[in-house]
Amino acid sequence: MTKLNIFTRGLVKENAVFVLMIGLCPALAVSSTVRDGFGMGLAATFVLVFSNLIISILRKNIPNEVRIPIFILVISTFVTIIDYMMQAFQPDLYRALGVFVPLIVVNCMILGRAEAYASKSSVVNSILDGLGTGLGFTLALTIMGTIREILGNGTFLGLTVFGESFRSAPVIFMIMSPGAFLVIGILKALINKYVKRELR
Amino acid sequence: MKSPALIFLAAFLVNNIVLMRFLGLCPFFGVSSTIETATGMGMAVIFVMTIAAWITWIVFNVVLLPLNLVFLRTAVFILTIASLVQLVEMFLKKSYRALYNALGIYLPLITTNCAILGVTFLNIDNKFSLLNGTVFAIGTGLGFTLVIITFAAIRERLDLAPINPSLRGYPISFIAASLMALAFLGFSGLFGLT
Repeated sequence: MTKLNIFTRGLVKENAVFVLMIGLCPALAVSSTVRDGFGMGLAATFVLVFSNLIISILRKNIPNEVRIPIFILVISTFVTIIDYMMQAFQPDLYRALGVFVPLIVVNCMILGRAEAYASKSSVVNSILDGLGTGLGFTLALTIMGTIREILGNGTFLGLTVFGESFRSAPVIFMIMSPGAFLVIGILKALINKYVKRELR
Repeated sequence: MKSPALIFLAAFLVNNIVLMRFLGLCPFFGVSSTIETATGMGMAVIFVMTIAAWITWIVFNVVLLPLNLVFLRTAVFILTIASLVQLVEMFLKKSYRALYNALGIYLPLITTNCAILGVTFLNIDNKFSLLNGTVFAIGTGLGFTLVIITFAAIRERLDLAPINPSLRGYPISFIAASLMALAFLGFSGLFGLT
């Protein structure tokens, strides 16, 4: 498998949210605006890349019987780092994401990549895999955030899209919880219908 | 300070853990194909959530706060919950065989259930006392059980319904969950809770 394939597999073909349907909790909870979705995606990408890096470096020294607790410890270290960094540098974003920043630690996407890929692969490949999977997650959250923010708030990154009359009376339920379930349900149905099986 | 009764109602209905807070979606979609499995999962969640809320409250307030180790919260909580689930499983297997037979297969799944870890974090973030934290955990667990059983009932009917092939499976489940969430939005404002 070429380096490019390793990168694009997680980005599109095995997209965590839209294809594998994992990491759903943050994907639905913090995709009410583009900024929240993008920020959450980048935070998860950071954790994924660095945990893949460390686990790949240590892969020959980790005893098989206790590998899962070790993976969790490595992951939670980077989650704590991003938790405190976001609190210091992006306090508004941190407040919007709330409990979902520390909860990156139980995102099955990250433990899944550590177990299925980084514990068996070279350092460079693991970083590429982490980057692809993480950016695929970011892409999914940004797409959902775009749809929900435009319909539910009439804005894109805070800029008015359809003019003031829509802005003052948008489809408000799209930025509330039912909108999240509805958007991902419709996106998944469109993927089922229009994306060819061999691409999935 | 809110009374325990209001905390319970808020956790049970108004801020329902699955439909309003989006925690525990994996079991919500994963083990809701029949009412029977949904009930088992719900009971296991109530049980572990309550015990996890006690243990993590004690660990946080007795160990982490006095020693100024709050930054270790994430790592300590996840390891505490993982070992707690193992202990509970071994204890039930030895002492309460009937309960183990009912909940056993769901217990390992719970370690990675973000609802459990989420509730312990929310307990700390809301600065609940031990009593309020317990009430919050039980209310949240009951809310999870109510929603997963209702959802399982809907999914059992959906399996028999004639549905467009591209909507089958996940998409129609998401849309059903969306309608349930819309119904639960009706609870917001109940007794002034938001």
